[in-house]
Amino acid sequence: MEEYIVFDDVHFSRGQRKIFNGMNLSVPKGKTTAIMGPSGTGKTTLLKLIGGLLMPEHGTVMVDGKSVGELGHDDLFELRKSMGMLFQSGALLTDESVYENVAYPLREHTKLSESMVRDLVSMKLEAVGLRGAIDMMPSELSGGMARRVALARSIALDPDLIMYDEPFTGLDPITMSTVVTLIKKLNDALGITSLMVSHDVAETLSIADYCHIISDGKVVVSGTPDELQQSDSEWVQQFLQGQPDGPAPFHYPAAPIAEDLGVKHG
Amino acid sequence: MVNLLANVGVWWLEILQRVGRGFLFFIQILTGLPALLMRPRLLIKELYSVGVLSLTIVLVSGLFVGMVLGLQFFMTLSRFGAESALSVTVNLTLLRELGPVVTALLFAGRAGSALTAEIGLMKTTEQLSGMEMMAVDPVHRIIAPRFLAAVIAMPLLAVLFSVVGILSAWFIGAGLLGVDSGSFWAQMQTSVDWYNDAMNGIYKSIVFGIVVAWIAVFEGYDTIPTSEGVGRATTRTVVNGSLAVLALDFILTSLMFGGI
Repeated sequence: MEEYIVFDDVHFSRGQRKIFNGMNLSVPKGKTTAIMGPSGTGKTTLLKLIGGLLMPEHGTVMVDGKSVGELGHDDLFELRKSMGMLFQSGALLTDESVYENVAYPLREHTKLSESMVRDLVSMKLEAVGLRGAIDMMPSELSGGMARRVALARSIALDPDLIMYDEPFTGLDPITMSTVVTLIKKLNDALGITSLMVSHDVAETLSIADYCHIISDGKVVVSGTPDELQQSDSEWVQQFLQGQPDGPAPFHYPAAPIAEDLGVKHG
Repeated sequence: MVNLLANVGVWWLEILQRVGRGFLFFIQILTGLPALLMRPRLLIKELYSVGVLSLTIVLVSGLFVGMVLGLQFFMTLSRFGAESALSVTVNLTLLRELGPVVTALLFAGRAGSALTAEIGLMKTTEQLSGMEMMAVDPVHRIIAPRFLAAVIAMPLLAVLFSVVGILSAWFIGAGLLGVDSGSFWAQMQTSVDWYNDAMNGIYKSIVFGIVVAWIAVFEGYDTIPTSEGVGRATTRTVVNGSLAVLALDFILTSLMFGGI
């Protein structure tokens, strides 16, 4: 299987906090790969490393055979034209209408006529079910609608890779199943490589071809959804089933609470 | 003691890093300016928001500053029977100093703070990262037009400030306090030098425009992406921008008009 993204011994820190400590990971081409893990394990950071928004301290991130950290400004921007990224917040331009937001990458990178741009924008918005919201402003959209507009924008240039940062968070059940179907369809119909970061276990496992679970800066376990479900690791089972008790601690490391409250023993 | 020294060292290193980032950012902005020639609409939109929308505060301030100058100079000069010098003092004060300086201070407060807050919020809401991921360089697309618009708007606003100031001083002096109107304008013609006074004032305002715009866009772009971070960055723009204008004014005045 051809690899589209490869992380090789990647180290990355934010301030004193080590996020990745020798991360090795690969994402196959043309498949939907999910990255799961508890909050704060660096899932969004991982996407930003792939997009070159952040650079690793050590190790290499290869995307489509190119080392992201070694690309110059123009080459990096050229590589980004083949990527779409759906931010958790949507990251829509708040001063522009829905139409202008989706048209933005088309205007910036193509010389299409206005009527062609309008047709393409309508098609992309139709795909996410929001053609009727074409003239609305981002401030008039709900969180879920904004995410779907952002999805339409991220597929505007028909990218080879789409990265989804928590695509299911905060969506109502109908929208969520629509987005799940949409991601699956995009992948199947266009052969796009999809990389999804999420901790919505059921939805993610239902569409992913392959999953990596990360914790403490490393990949803990990888495999197909079926392989993960049958894993005998207590940690994996705790995560997949969302059990509060298990090897993964709920509490961030801290001194005993009695000490903080000034309670004396004896 | 060692800790104190270490803290001072860290503090200085942070300042130097910021200055370094600021200069690199300035170079990035400059490389983005040629592309603006191909897309003048971006620039026109920003000229409207930083220039046209600052007109009210600049013109109204010019009106009152001119009126106060007319009144104060008249009162002082009339004690020596030198009311006729009102024109020279008002004109030189406005063209050389108050026009460029007060406009720059108002501009830092009105347009500079708005620029920083806008760019800072775009960073906080990931709009700048979103653009980068769409292979659009935000420094070229967002920052450069705002920077250039501010640099163009500043001298124009300063000229308008001075014009309104001079007219309102004339109104107070000649219209209300009895200074001869003809001599007011004749003195202006003979005592105000186009190059030494008017142009030097414009050069000053161009320099102030570059510095205030640079500080405003850098503070916005370098902001810590939180609501507190944006608030602090906006305050820094007004404080640092104003201090930079006042310090630069002293340097430019001593270079242009001598005396030191």
